[in-house]
Amino acid sequence: MAKKKIDLTPAILILPAFILVVCVIIYPIISAVVTSFRYYRLTDILNTKFIGFDNYIKVWSDDAFIASLPNTFKWVAATVISQFIIGLTLALFLNRPFKGRGIVRSLSLVPWVTPGVVIALIWTWIYNGNFGVLNDILIKLGLISAKIPWLSNADTALNSQIVTMVWQGIPFFMIMLLASLQTVPSDLYEAAVIDGTSVIQRFRYITWPHILPTVISTCMLRVIWVFNNVEVLYLMTQGGPGYNSMTISLNAYIQAQKSLNFGYGSAIAVYGTLMMIAFMILYRSITKRFIEEE
Amino acid sequence: MVGRKSIAERLSYILLILIVAFIVIPYIWTFITSLKDTHELYSTTVSYLPKDPTLDNYIELFTTTDFFPAMGRSLVIAFLTAFIAVIVSSLAAYGFARYSFRGRHVILNGILLLYMFPTVLYLTPLFLVFRQIGILGTSWCLLISNCTFTIPFSISLLTTYIHGIPKELEEAAEIDGAGLPQRLVRIVFPLLKPGVVATASYVFISAWNEYLFAVMFTSSATRTLTVSLASLVGQYDIRWDMISAGAVTAIIPVVIIFLVFQRNLVEGMTAGAVKG
Repeated sequence: MAKKKIDLTPAILILPAFILVVCVIIYPIISAVVTSFRYYRLTDILNTKFIGFDNYIKVWSDDAFIASLPNTFKWVAATVISQFIIGLTLALFLNRPFKGRGIVRSLSLVPWVTPGVVIALIWTWIYNGNFGVLNDILIKLGLISAKIPWLSNADTALNSQIVTMVWQGIPFFMIMLLASLQTVPSDLYEAAVIDGTSVIQRFRYITWPHILPTVISTCMLRVIWVFNNVEVLYLMTQGGPGYNSMTISLNAYIQAQKSLNFGYGSAIAVYGTLMMIAFMILYRSITKRFIEEE
Repeated sequence: MVGRKSIAERLSYILLILIVAFIVIPYIWTFITSLKDTHELYSTTVSYLPKDPTLDNYIELFTTTDFFPAMGRSLVIAFLTAFIAVIVSSLAAYGFARYSFRGRHVILNGILLLYMFPTVLYLTPLFLVFRQIGILGTSWCLLISNCTFTIPFSISLLTTYIHGIPKELEEAAEIDGAGLPQRLVRIVFPLLKPGVVATASYVFISAWNEYLFAVMFTSSATRTLTVSLASLVGQYDIRWDMISAGAVTAIIPVVIIFLVFQRNLVEGMTAGAVKG
């Protein structure tokens, strides 16, 4: 296959994908950055003009944006950490043979393929203040004395949606970690059992180092995914009540989709992207150490 | 000693049951809700089993809303998207896997970074592009955007599978005078079947589930299942029994595809994780 003359075949093969990706992903990214420096409202299109960093400065006096910063941190951190812990627990179970393992594995993967819209609707109904099943169960168990309107209560709105998002993300962690667990050589465990080690020791010294690279990459993918997700939050509370469950991505979406304020919405989205880039650089530099120790 | 171990074992099974219950109960509850009649649903006490199970909600959903035609549109879009994305991605993946050229590794490694950019960032510019070229409000927007957004991952998925096909088979065919199109159709695609199945399922599920593009780019006459379903919440009189029926219906196709092609899909998705 080693030919000296320039072979255009790979270029032709890649061209269709290349054209689509450039037109539908790369051009819009550049265009969004340009738009973020403009006053651009679809409802006031004649006054579109270049305004420098005005949109970027304006966000700092926007209550929704200020509120979205700690919310975004909580939304991402609480969701990803909980998903990871439950997903790992489930993966450890499924890595051992037991009756009905196949069924449990299939069932627990279903949220992974469930549409975001359906997820939001299912849970909105569960959380319903008057007729929701969650209140009914908690009252019957004696855990609460009065019905709580989970999604319209300032204290519970974001936390309730975090639970929903955790539910959605368990399968992804489970399947990735399970795949990684299955590659741990079983003779390592056998030798360790003979040496009289405890379950915790085996996890700490055999399992954990082996799955760590997968843990690191999977957590990063999930952080990006949860950070960017707007479907669930938009359909469940639209960031409310007030701005109690507003996140950066949701704010950008609401500005663009509902207010048709494209310039300002783009500026918020660019802020979000820059934060993600900063996070990834930091995350990679911290986690690089652990992977190299391998 | 033995007794203690079995207590730990039992506790761990309780934990497993709790996790599985957490995952499964919302689905069961949605299904139960979909079978209740409206009076029972909005009564002061929550009933855990429908007193008089009925399919009325499903019938009402299919006859009084645009759910059924929207479902048809979603199905067509998801199939076409999967078809186009698989062809475009496998050609590109073949180009990446079988030829060496400058920048190949950079592109292959960088292509997945595209997912880092938030969807909200592209929504507005794409909206303007589609309006400019005059296809805003049609299903073409969804076909183009869903297809493109699944391409980067599809390419990396298929590249892994193509690496697994022995080069020698193709080299032998080449000596026998088979051109590239012939080799692709006769040798590569048949052997690539598991990869194609994984990719097609992934794209189909993504396109079926997609909401953000659909709500922004389609009109009331072309909207998809997810948009139609979400719009039921916006109505003055929210009918949770009917919404639940819609939720159950919306899940069925993806769950069937998932269960049938589970092995391929999971194998493809986790290939990267196992490599480390």
